[in-house]
Amino acid sequence: MKNNRLYINGISSISAQQENAVFDGNINTYHQNIIPAVSPDYKQFIQPMALRRMSKAIRMGLTSAKIALKQAGITKPDAIITGTGEGCKQDTEKFLEAILNQNEKLLTPTAFIQSTHNTIGGQLAQYLECTGYNVTYTQNSASFESVLMDAQLLFLEDQEMNSILVGGVDELSKKMTSFMYLDHQLKEQEISNSNLLKTNSSGTITSEGAHFFSISAEKSEKTYAELIDVSVFQAKTSEDVSEKILKMLQLSNYTIEDIDLVILGNNGDNRFDHFYHHLQNGLFSEKPQLAYKHLTGDYKTVSGYAVWLACKIFKTGSIPEIFKLNGVTCQNPKTILLYNQYLGDNHSIMILNSN
Amino acid sequence: MSDLRTELKQSIIEQLNLEELELADIDNDEPLFGDGLGLDSIDALELIVMLEKDYGIKLTDPEQGKEIFASIDKMAEYIEANRTK
Amino acid sequence: MDKGIAVTGMGIISALGTSAGENYSALIAGKTGLSYPEILKTIHSNLPVGEVKFSNLELAGKLNLPVAHTFTRATLFGAIAAKEAISQALLTKDDLKDTGFISGTSVGGMDGTEKYYLEYAEKNDHRRFIQAQHPGFTTSQIASHLNLEAYVTTISTACSSSANAIMLGARMIKAGKLKRVVVGGTDCLSKFTLNGFNSLMILSEGFCKAFDDSRNGLNLGEGAAYLVLEADDVLNGKPVLGRISGYGNANDAFHQTASSETGQGAFLAIKKALEIAGLSSKNIDYINAHGTATKNNDLSESTAILRIFGEKVPDFSSTKAFTGHTLAASGGLEAVFSLLALQNDQIFPNLNFEIPMKETRLKPVSVLKKKKLQHILSNSFGFGGNCTSLIFSKNEK
Repeated sequence: MKNNRLYINGISSISAQQENAVFDGNINTYHQNIIPAVSPDYKQFIQPMALRRMSKAIRMGLTSAKIALKQAGITKPDAIITGTGEGCKQDTEKFLEAILNQNEKLLTPTAFIQSTHNTIGGQLAQYLECTGYNVTYTQNSASFESVLMDAQLLFLEDQEMNSILVGGVDELSKKMTSFMYLDHQLKEQEISNSNLLKTNSSGTITSEGAHFFSISAEKSEKTYAELIDVSVFQAKTSEDVSEKILKMLQLSNYTIEDIDLVILGNNGDNRFDHFYHHLQNGLFSEKPQLAYKHLTGDYKTVSGYAVWLACKIFKTGSIPEIFKLNGVTCQNPKTILLYNQYLGDNHSIMILNSN
Repeated sequence: MSDLRTELKQSIIEQLNLEELELADIDNDEPLFGDGLGLDSIDALELIVMLEKDYGIKLTDPEQGKEIFASIDKMAEYIEANRTK
Repeated sequence: MDKGIAVTGMGIISALGTSAGENYSALIAGKTGLSYPEILKTIHSNLPVGEVKFSNLELAGKLNLPVAHTFTRATLFGAIAAKEAISQALLTKDDLKDTGFISGTSVGGMDGTEKYYLEYAEKNDHRRFIQAQHPGFTTSQIASHLNLEAYVTTISTACSSSANAIMLGARMIKAGKLKRVVVGGTDCLSKFTLNGFNSLMILSEGFCKAFDDSRNGLNLGEGAAYLVLEADDVLNGKPVLGRISGYGNANDAFHQTASSETGQGAFLAIKKALEIAGLSSKNIDYINAHGTATKNNDLSESTAILRIFGEKVPDFSSTKAFTGHTLAASGGLEAVFSLLALQNDQIFPNLNFEIPMKETRLKPVSVLKKKKLQHILSNSFGFGGNCTSLIFSKNEK
């Protein structure tokens, strides 16, 4: 028997918000367009000798992974799949600046070693002593979704495959993140994050974070959600997106009526938010609509937060007001659809079910 | 002599981000690698650059580091004998 | 065993040449592509590299790009190689609409970043390259340049990136998720990687001597290579260059940059590849080894090979002394070399080999060898413990 089921049994979020505080109404607000993630006490999770070399991406990634695995009761997964849109930028920047400032002389290797995109995936394998399948995806804002697509395939192919650690992580760095102002990815004026979706200007705000999940082919009492399907695609127009969503629902034997709630990736960029508005006013006009990037900023693997949010909503049955884009209500949603894109590219859809 | 040893400890703590350590935590004859301080092969490469930068000693084979970086004492002896600055 | 996934096109650009034909000619002539950096501006002019001797301007000319394009060097390589693969596979405009693109790269557009990093803040001229640093940007650009409209993604697992891209493509076709997919990888020489490997003290000042007892490090290279994979039900009698019959991915879980003494990751990757192919070790006629010529890799890889093959180690060679180690692209380059070997029943030599290493006594094929080849194993291992092995087989009529 082949497995084609994928259950999320452990979740973890490190972001600009404290992991569970948003559900208690404690929201962090910032008046800056580049927002660092709230760090947990990494020493609780990582040995000091190992910690000393780690940039924030590695710290966040390892910590988030450990939390998710612990929750699911997994010590060693069968496979590890990691996504990162921009990789270990802090060490990349450090090594690059050393090359430029020292004219290629007297360079030490640590930053270089830690700069590769697969650093987190590799270190996870090392710490968990996991010699199984291990891959790192880096497809801009579809990096995390690429991870889930691979996980789906692994379960389908291998009946022995039972537990996979999946996650997405991205970090800020001083210079490279600040370049995002220069090419208009960020808003020119500093804004308060809580106003992000009310602005009418180009660009967004950015941040960093890690979202790891322990997934399994088997449902358990720990299960938060089942991933029904995930898709990454290219779309030129808003109509293309609606069409793609309908097609995907059909392939999963769902109809638009089955969707109880949608989580959208609105990021306040008036050049591209029409992709979301079109769905808000069209296909999903009758559905409760949520957004989250005004709390987390936008970065390449932020859709991990959306999956975390869906899982929390399934488990708690509550939907904090702060996420709501419209007044449509619903009790205990069973099926949630997530849609995201960045700068009109790397569109993705995920469908989750509370089962 | 002992100044060089203190200097080395300081650079090691700084260069290798051993923030948790005090100078007094490193004994002069304690092994720096393995069971002693617990440094590894990546640290050895950092130390090789330190030798060149601070003392003008250029190693070409990382294998040489194994003996030279055995302990603070060994490092100090090697530097005294070979330093060009 | 099942037939494996059909390869219907291949394309390559490396220090050996800008097409599969040019690469093949150099391989059979035993002519290395290694030289010294001319296009790459670096103080390390003493370090041999496998450099493609065309400037970005010349490469952009080959693709007829507009002046203000955002193609970094890896993107230029990728577009050129993928184009060759697509044209050999005779994909039509309609075919391209449901063709995916899976590419491996390590530093993506880093060459642009290192050129313009210090001027971004002051000048507007090159800010379009800011996003081009990221690997996914490289991939998306190639896909859009070649009108590949299905699933597009990027794998970055250091030196096994493109081997993993090929593996994913084969898996997706096997699972029926895609009909067609272009798979492979691209990487260019950059100050970033050259200085990085130099700081690790694993670059040789001579031409690399894989599996030799006196080997003292690797030479970096650059290039790109892609294959077109197609599901059997869309082949329509099209010529098949070879098949991907096996693939295996494992992690060494040992060290960030070094391979374990037991070669555990490599051993598991090869073992899984044989299992998927339904082959036993004695079916392998030739191994295109990872063979970077670092002390650590070649010993660890040899140990893994001995663990799998025991007394009967098949013919093997590393082609790194031809192209340099092209990092993320190497699995793609060596996939093309493996297919060329299968097509021509020839084993390309491991250049510069003299004396077997003491620990294993293994001798690679060091001169061009004619031999009937049915199944070839190709290894790619990377930093982070990422190990991938692929098996290429002759197409059974």
